[in-house]
Amino acid sequence: MNVDKKRIAEQFIGAIPHSRALGMKLMDIGEGCAEIEMPYDLRLVGDPETGVIHGGAVSALMDTCCGAAAMSHPSSPAGTATIDLRIDYMRAATPGQTIRARAECYHITRNVAFVRATTWDDDTDKPVATATGAFTVEGK
Amino acid sequence: MAARRPEPVQVVKQRRDAALHALVHGVPYIQFLGVEFDRRGDELTAVMPFDEKLIGNPLIPALHGGATAAFLEITAIIGLSWSYLWDDIESGEIDTDELAIGHLPRLPKTIDFTVDYLRSGLPRDAYARAKVNRSGRRYASVHVEAWQDQRGKLFAQGTGHFLMPRRDE
Repeated sequence: MNVDKKRIAEQFIGAIPHSRALGMKLMDIGEGCAEIEMPYDLRLVGDPETGVIHGGAVSALMDTCCGAAAMSHPSSPAGTATIDLRIDYMRAATPGQTIRARAECYHITRNVAFVRATTWDDDTDKPVATATGAFTVEGK
Repeated sequence: MAARRPEPVQVVKQRRDAALHALVHGVPYIQFLGVEFDRRGDELTAVMPFDEKLIGNPLIPALHGGATAAFLEITAIIGLSWSYLWDDIESGEIDTDELAIGHLPRLPKTIDFTVDYLRSGLPRDAYARAKVNRSGRRYASVHVEAWQDQRGKLFAQGTGHFLMPRRDE
């Protein structure tokens, strides 16, 4: 990541209180794609017996990542809000491991950005979850 | 056969509240978001009190879509677990002392969850109720509605499918 991109990345998460509270880190952004990491944290556990992260925390990660991808599209919207988001949970994320979401804005119109995302833990062969969503394109 | 006397009301309430408290307070992420549940008989209302850390867009300001999604999913899972465990709580089959020390029964697992964002979440408390539309032996379908100031003006709704725990384990 070049200096400019890195600065934008830090400001992006810094400006979103909920994403900051969840410990998200923007790893890459640009051209309609974004990658965000979320380190394992005991506060995010959904099943105390196994230590597996709650699905809701994975949803928050993917929602943020999809929004970032939409905003980074070359015909970039000034802002965006989620219209609809569907999450499919393939498997439990391995306790203790950082999870990483990558989102791609694969189509954008004047009003709507269409985005999909995948989340993995250390095993990059098997996704933890996938998402598809529609986001608003706010005036430039 | 003589009809059995109904249990004293405080015994019934104590058992239901203890079971609900254990289900909700045993999950760290529910505590992190600050979500609590109000109970009237078997009807639950989830409450997410407003907090700065739930903000997604500080300019408007609006709740983060991820916080809203998590709130709905929590409401769905607790609502589904509650209806699934209700008979065992009522019969005393479930030992609430065991629940209180963190021995929770196996809970449903989310297969998929879809959130429909109807209007932006205001910086206020949010409420949600789940309706179990179908609960089979293996799969369940749950719908959730969430509102803030006015019950009739939903700010989000969601539908999820869940894999039920196996009864024979």
